[in-house]
Order: sequence, then structure tokens, then C-alpha cells
Amino acid sequence: MIAPLVFAAALAAAPAAAIPADPPDYAQVALADPAKEAQAAALMDTIRCVVCQGQPISGSNADLAADMRRMVRERIARGDSPEQVRAWLVGRYGDWISFSPRMRTATAPLWLVPLGALAGGLALVARRLRRRSTR
Amino acid sequence: MIAEAGLAALWIAAALALAQLAMGALGLRARPVLAAAVAPVAITQAATVTMAFACLVAVFARSDMTVLLVASNSHSAKPMLYKIAGAWGNHEGSMLLWVTILALAGASIAAFERRLPADTRMATLAAQAAIALGFYAFLLFASNPFARIAGVIEGQGLNPLLQDPGLAFHPPTLYAGYVGMSAAFSFAVGALVTGKVGPEFARAMRPWVLAAWIFLTIGITAGSYWAYYTLGWGGWWFWDPVENASLMPWLAATALLHSVTVLATRNGLRAWTIMLSVLAFSMSMVGTFLVRSGILTSVHAFAVDPERGIFILALLALYIGGALALFGWRIGSVTEGSRFDMVSREAALVVNNLLLTVILVIVLAGTLYPLLLEATSGDKISVGAPYFNSVAGPLALAMLVLMAAGPLLRWRRDEPKALLDRVAPAVLAGALALLAVAVFAGRIAPLPMLGLVVAGGLAIASLAPLGKRRLDRVPLFTWGMVLAHLGCAVSLAGMACDSAFTVQNMAAMNPGETRVVGPWTVRLGAVRERPGPNYQAMEAVLVARRGDGAPIELLPQLRQFTDPPMQTNHAAIHTAWNGQLYLVLGEQAGDGRWLVRLWWKPFVVLIWVGGALIAIGGGLSLIGRARRDLAARGGLRKEPAA
Amino acid sequence: MKRGLIVWLPLALGLALMAGLYLGLRKPEGHVIASRLVGQTLPEFTTRPVLPGQPPSASADFRDGRPRLLNIFASWCVPCRDEAEMLVRLKAQGVEIDGIAVHDDVDALTTFVAANGNPYRHLGIDEAGRAQMAFGSSGVPETFVIDGRGRILYQHIGAVTEDDGRKLIAMLEHAR
Repeated sequence: MIAPLVFAAALAAAPAAAIPADPPDYAQVALADPAKEAQAAALMDTIRCVVCQGQPISGSNADLAADMRRMVRERIARGDSPEQVRAWLVGRYGDWISFSPRMRTATAPLWLVPLGALAGGLALVARRLRRRSTR
Repeated sequence: MIAEAGLAALWIAAALALAQLAMGALGLRARPVLAAAVAPVAITQAATVTMAFACLVAVFARSDMTVLLVASNSHSAKPMLYKIAGAWGNHEGSMLLWVTILALAGASIAAFERRLPADTRMATLAAQAAIALGFYAFLLFASNPFARIAGVIEGQGLNPLLQDPGLAFHPPTLYAGYVGMSAAFSFAVGALVTGKVGPEFARAMRPWVLAAWIFLTIGITAGSYWAYYTLGWGGWWFWDPVENASLMPWLAATALLHSVTVLATRNGLRAWTIMLSVLAFSMSMVGTFLVRSGILTSVHAFAVDPERGIFILALLALYIGGALALFGWRIGSVTEGSRFDMVSREAALVVNNLLLTVILVIVLAGTLYPLLLEATSGDKISVGAPYFNSVAGPLALAMLVLMAAGPLLRWRRDEPKALLDRVAPAVLAGALALLAVAVFAGRIAPLPMLGLVVAGGLAIASLAPLGKRRLDRVPLFTWGMVLAHLGCAVSLAGMACDSAFTVQNMAAMNPGETRVVGPWTVRLGAVRERPGPNYQAMEAVLVARRGDGAPIELLPQLRQFTDPPMQTNHAAIHTAWNGQLYLVLGEQAGDGRWLVRLWWKPFVVLIWVGGALIAIGGGLSLIGRARRDLAARGGLRKEPAA
Repeated sequence: MKRGLIVWLPLALGLALMAGLYLGLRKPEGHVIASRLVGQTLPEFTTRPVLPGQPPSASADFRDGRPRLLNIFASWCVPCRDEAEMLVRLKAQGVEIDGIAVHDDVDALTTFVAANGNPYRHLGIDEAGRAQMAFGSSGVPETFVIDGRGRILYQHIGAVTEDDGRKLIAMLEHAR
């Protein structure tokens, strides 16, 4: 934990030419750490833009989507887990903001209906096959 | 005048559809005079509604701003291509296109279909007329495309996202697929009425299903590429409800295509094939309803008018409910088809159908359940890629594994041991793919990893039916199947590569600076103004180099439209043999630097190459079947003479 | 052979689907994303000052026993201009309103309040939408009713009309 901090401090002390004048705007600019950027990018793909309705914040030009991208990257950089960030957003905007539905009673049909269809279909197929063996 | 002529033509077409329905229904009760007139009426009806559509295109081409639809969706400064495409880039125009294609499908059945028994054919044309009648009523009473207004000088323009040459032809293609499925639906209704379901019926229906399915495949593939290059964020499928609306009929049609083959070849799956025919067009209508009723909010949905929604829903209930009621009532008269063994090509196709149908249920549930939940409890949820990928993904992979084995199985009955011998090369290919991924790619997520393995195996397996055969003797429709299955493997490989290996870089750049994305080094040369025909653009000059390779200039644009005001990112894409470099210019940041998004997407093009292969395979299959049918018909005609 | 009742299953499922679509159509998907924080303590936030002599809005000022409104707006937003007059009238009736301007800058805001009046007790610019996100607000204008202990009582989405104004005053009275 301490090593990166020391490294960052060393960077900060380096000549001004070596680092950009302004801190990068994380709404549009990737995090320097590829692992954290990958986490942030995966999360941003599953957060729904509240202004444009159909798109994830990773694919929207809306201002508020940019704000959310910035916030996501900053929190991930700070060490939050993607699920913590998602929970923070859900706490404010509700389940609507996440493209990844939580499993709870009201959302159960999303899984139960396909499961029922699969079971029903298999039963139909099995019935036909069993009948065949008794021919 | 043109608009009035168009409206008149629409009324006449509606009257002809009514006549066609009445004649078809009465003709079934042995009125030969009426029966003989059904086909000519169907053709005249199609010609008339095509004229109405031509009138709409004409008022758009002339920018006749006294027509409400033109004023609210077009602009005189638009390039001609988009003026014409504007005719179907809106609610009323697209519904007119819809019903025009419906009438054309009916007319082609009337003109070309000779194999169906006369009574089934008549019932089919009557069903086609019944569907058309409802949608004519919808146009005439709730969505008149030719309504006039007074005193508008300039129009409001067309959504800039839709101003793209590819997209101008996207809706007609997709609609040809959607509405072409009406042929299968009407065939099924006709067969239910007469009770004649068998191999003959299946062979008659197959080309229509195949043709509609090809259009759907092209429409979905092209739509995905459109989203990829115009939205400017590198994504190619968003599980957006409107995309799902086009995927659902495709899934049902794919299942139908395979079950109809079982019916044609082995006289099995009779009731199920009828069911799927109804289901495929029902999904087309549900898709039309979702897009056109204003029930959902989406990047692509435009019309918001609950009255119209109720109208379309009533039509849906009438046609889908009617067909399903007919199914319940009449299917008893359709006897069960021939039987087959657990290890047989039929069994593989049955399980393929089952998996396709369950995937369809998943897409349907994921698309509609959020609407239903909100309407009943006010609970707002979103269902997107994480749900669809995790729930439908494994089933799709299972289906593709089965798809590798299916064509290698014999009809009716096969030996498991013999099958193992036949799939061995494919299993080997899958194992090699696994090894290659492990050596070259290192750790990647499980789903893309499995995808690459299955793609490797499936690619080899799909070629296997060609093995040990003289290639010039292989029938065209077998080539079609091989190509279509290979296309699935290719597309799957593209999806897996995109999801596993894509590299992105989002950067703020000053002119002269460079950024690295994957194997590429990209330098921002300059950002300059570039006026377009009806927009202003900022254009970035980006120079990309791979290693010591030659520099490649790429020019992404940030376009500002004024009618209506909207900004779009026009991506610049360089296609290399092993992937695409995808560059997007964003806005200028407060400190004067330009925001640039860079992606390196290895083998992403395979997604659409695969889609194209699937469509070409369908085309070959269609040509092969048609040639064989023509030959058979010629043979029959010669027989009496001999 | 007998297929029994199963042949009617597709019809049943089809009709169920239609019924579902009808329900969905009668109550189309709402565009309004309400904040989940109503009923909870307001989130921590600070803003950047705009006008000389007018303190910036901040969460710290809310737990002083006096209920007030928190208006999230922007100088570039047309409905915000429309509601400004109503907010000025509310201020004249003694309502305290703190303002948060999103995606805005000092010059544009100075022009905005000069043209449309300044109903705000405190006014600040929300840097990078942080306060807006903290409130679970998804657009402008939105107005939150906050009681004297800093609890969010109500979220009004969209411009405040005369009727809305009366409702907001009643809520503030009630919270007192």
C-alpha cells in the first residue's frame, strides 16, 4: 500500500514538464492503472445513463453521464470496489440505474420464466422420446 | 396533388384487401369464380399500395412542406438521399413501408406459389389480406402519412444519427424480414384451415421463410455495424429493446427454418412447425408494437402516442390471438408426424429448436418484464447486457456445440459411436483453440474463453459435411448450410475476441502529442474545421503507426447539426487484417486539449463477416432449393407428354 | 393420439402477453427517475461561490432548525428560466431557497440572475455534478424540500409552477 504512495509522491516532486499541468479529467480520460481502468470500464458499461435512458454511461455524450464516469473512476482509483460504487449509485437513483438486475422477489421472473420454458420444453421432448422406446 | 393521390391509392388498396379477404373466404366454400379472382386482386392491391408509397417518397423528394409529415421530418437543405430515406425515417412512413412490403409478400405468393393445394393457397392469401386490412385501417384512421398543414416554410429535419447511407436502407431491409415472415404466418393459418400439413406444405413454405430470414439476418448485421460506427463508443450490440425487437423474430425464424426442414425431409414436427410459423410473425408484430407504440424509451424509438399503441395492440391481439385460437381448435386434425430416435438429426434439431426458443423467451422476458413490473408495481429496474450475457450466453454456447454435431448426424437413427468418430476432428480443433488461447492470450474471462474454443470446434465441424465428397457434387443448399454454420463460428470468434482482447485509451491530447493503444502509436496532427452539406464539423488529423509500419492518416469528426440541433461523433476506422483501430474525436476540454477515444479491437470485423456468411449461406440455400424445385416442376410438366 | 389441453397453452400465453403489453401501454415507461434519498438525511456537499457577498450552498448550513428549499438548476436550462419568477415570488413570501447550479460558470450565472432575479439565500456552482449525483438528481430543474434537521422531505422534478409553489409552502409550514 505504501509503495505506490511513495512513488506518486516522487512523481509529484518531479519537474513540472514530466507531468501534465492539470489533473486529467476522468470523465473522458482513462485511469493510469490498467487493472483499475478495466474495473471502472466494466462497471461503466453496466450503469445506465439517466438522461439518455437507453445507453450506458460509458457510451453517452450527456453531461451527467460524464460526471458519473468521473465519479466512478475517482472512486475506483481511491480503492472502492465496483460493487461498492454500484451500490452507492443504486442508493441514490434506485435499481433503474444498474443494467445488472439484482435477484429479489420482484425480479425473480427474469430467471424463473426462462427456467420454466426450458423445463417445460425438456418435458415435452422427453415425453415424446419415452413414448418412442415403448413402441 | 401527389399527397392526395397517395391517400386515394391507400384507400383503394384497403378496399382491395377487403375484397381479397372476402373472396378468399367465400372461395373456400367452392365458389370457383371468386377463387380465381383472389390472386389477381392480391397483385393489384400490392401495385396500388406501392403507388401510395411512391407518392410519399415523391413528396419527400420534392420537400413539399405543406405535408405535415415532410415538415416535421425533413428539411430542404438535406442531401437527396436523406430526403428520400426521410420518407420511412418516421412513424407514419415506416408503417406505410411495412404494409407495402406485406402486400408485396402477398402478391409474390399469388404470383409464384404453385405447390400449395389450391384451397390452402386461397386461405393463405385471405389471411394475408386480413393482416393488411388491419394495418391499412391503422394508417387511414390513426397515422395518415399524407395529412396537410398550412403555411410552413421550412422543415424540422431528420435525426442526424439517421443521416447515414447505410441506415437509409436499413429499415427497408429489416422490414422485408419482419414482414416477410407474414408469409409463413399466413401459410400456417391456411394449413390450419384446410388441415393439410405435410412435406409438400413444408417445401412450399421453406423458400418464403428462408427469404425473410436472409433479410432479417442482413438487417440485424447491418444495424449492428451501424450502431458500431455511428454511435462512436465502440459498442456493437446494446441489448436495447429496439435491437431485441429485431432479434426475437430472427430467433423464432431460425428455429422455424430448421423445423421446416425436419417437416420437409422427414415429415416430423408438424404441429411444432405450425406453432413456430405463428410465433415468428407474432414476434415481428410485437417488435413493431414495441418500436411504434411509444411503450418504451430508446435511442431508436420515436413515436409516442398511446392511442396508436392501443390500436396496434388491438391488431396484435386480433391476429396473434386469432391464429393461436385457430391452432388450439384445429391442430387436433393435424396428425402427428413420423418418429425418430434419441440419437438422430431430428433429435438434434428438436433440441436446437428448444434452445433457440428458450433464448427467445429470455430476450422477451428481459425486454418486457421491466415494463410490466413498472406498470404493475411502480418498481423501476433495468435489464441489460449483464443479464442477457449471463443467462442467454451459456445456452447459446450449448446450442452452438449442438450445432457442430447436428449436421454430422443421420436422419431417424444414428450410432453414438459413429458420431464420436465424426466429431473427433472438431473436438480436436476446439482443444487446439483452447491451447492457442492459453499460450497466446493468457488469462481471459470464462465466457469469451469458451466462445473461442466452441468457435474453433464449430468452424471445423461445420466444414465436415463437405469432407469425403466431390465438392462439385455437393448440392448448393448443403453449401448454404455449411457457410451459414461457419458464419456462426466466425461471428462467435469475433464476439469473443472483441470482449477478451479489446484495448481502449481515453485521452486528452494537444496537437503533436502521441498516445498508445494496443500495438498502435497515434499522433494528433491538428484539429481543423470542416464544413459538411448540412452540418459543421471539427476534424482531427490523427496519424497512426504500428511499430515501424507506414503511417496511416485517420480523420474522425465531431459534427454539429443545426436542424435539429445535435452533435454526433463520426468515428474514423482503420481495418487491418487482425483488427480495427477505431478513433473518435470528442469535445475540446477546458484547457484546450482535445478529448480523443482510441480503441484497438482485434478481429472485431469477424462479427459482421460471420453475419454476412450466414446471410450468403441462406442465399445459396435459397437458390439451391429454387433450382431443384424448378427442375422438379419441369420434370412434372414433361411427364404427361412422355 | 390425444394432445389434450396443451394445445390451448399457446393461446393462453399469447393472451397473457397481450394483457401485459396493455398494462405497459396504459402506464408507459416513466422518464422520471426519482431520488431514493427522500426521507433520509441530505448528503454532504459543498459548492463554489458565484456572486461576491453571497455564500455558496453547502450541506453544513441545513441543520439549523429552519426548513428550506434546495433548488438544482442551470443558467442554460430553459424551464429553469421559466420557474425563476415563481421562485422569486416564493422568496418574497419568506421562503428560503438555496441554489445549486450544475455545469455552469460564473459569467453565465451572473447574467442569469441579473435577467431573471436572484431568489437564492445561498448560491453555488456544483463542481463536476458531484452534489447533483449525491442527491440522486437526474436533471434540472429539481427542487428538494429539506426540514430543519436536514432531512429530505420531498423531491419536486421539473419547473415549479404556481400550484407547485403552494404545495411546497405547505410542506415547509408543516415541517416547521
